Amino acid sequence: MLKIFFTFFKIGLFTFGGGYAMIPLIHFYVVDKYKWLGEKEFVDIIAIAESTPGPIAINSATYIGYKKYGVKGSISATIGVVLPSLIIIILISAFLMQFKENQWVEYAFLGIRIGVSVLILNAGIRIYKKTDKNILSYVLMLFGLTMVMFDLISIVFVILIGGVVGIVFSLIMKNKEVHKDA
Amino acid sequence: MLSLLFKLFYTFLKIGLFTFGGGYAMIPLITEEVFNNSWVASTDILIDFIAIAESTPGPFAVNIATFIGYEQAGIIGAVAATLGVMVPSFVIILLIAKAFSKFSTNIYVRGFLNGVRPVVPGIILSVGIMFVLKYVFNIENFHFRDFNIEIGSLVIFVVIFALSRFWKKAHPVYLVAIAGILGILFFGVM
Repeated sequence: MLKIFFTFFKIGLFTFGGGYAMIPLIHFYVVDKYKWLGEKEFVDIIAIAESTPGPIAINSATYIGYKKYGVKGSISATIGVVLPSLIIIILISAFLMQFKENQWVEYAFLGIRIGVSVLILNAGIRIYKKTDKNILSYVLMLFGLTMVMFDLISIVFVILIGGVVGIVFSLIMKNKEVHKDA
Repeated sequence: MLSLLFKLFYTFLKIGLFTFGGGYAMIPLITEEVFNNSWVASTDILIDFIAIAESTPGPFAVNIATFIGYEQAGIIGAVAATLGVMVPSFVIILLIAKAFSKFSTNIYVRGFLNGVRPVVPGIILSVGIMFVLKYVFNIENFHFRDFNIEIGSLVIFVVIFALSRFWKKAHPVYLVAIAGILGILFFGVM
């Protein structure tokens, strides 16, 4: 139990840049070093962590902790992965105000804001490349883009509408298949 | 105070519940929620948070929840927001692990995810485009009258964008650092 807590604490402490950057490190500890999970089980868990809502890091920590030690295991893994962030960010926030007074820091942030805009743009492009290329996909993507850009409906609704359209579409496809078979 | 803590918890619970596909997918929702609650005065502060969350260890989502929670209500606020972003994951994953092992083959689940998946890049792209318009071209809310471009901003944008395209394995931290150095050079030194 303590071991699973400290393992995920280390994983949280040593990954920069969020969930996807964390997967290789999780693999190293969980599959290679401690052999808590087999290769196939690990791949399945990551696939589920990616397709369920929420941060991938927390999803996979919860799942791996549960597989190993039940609900208690999932709590200790999740707290382990979150704790380093919580401590580090609170420390940074406490000192940030003093830094921000500094003129040079302000200049640096003028550049950094542009850098972050590029990172967000790139994340959009990266995820776009991974999605299916068919008419429904393009329509839904354009829908998401315009709704948010012109602030027409809230993002929660945009996502829900996408999901409902997806369900309706796959039910129609299934129906067609059934008819074809008959 | 108690109602603020509840609001932080509930808001980040909503953000956790509607994020599909990891950290960056969370940025549009955070932007929207944080402005609806007027928790930050301007996008400037929010984007600075994003830069710091990206350059510090740990899951991006947790970093940003901690940040906003701490800014609003100190350490308890940070804990409330972080718990909020964790709870949906926790509950959903436990349900799947315990009772719903056929989760990924269920037709409703698959259909829902197939519909959500293409919407996500659209949402992220729109926020990315809005940030670029604002920080590179000074265009906010599509008010093109205020169009005003600084050479420094444009150069930083082009350099960072080109770097990120050609140096594919570059860690975001390096790009943030280079952008910061260029910012000092163009806005401070020159």
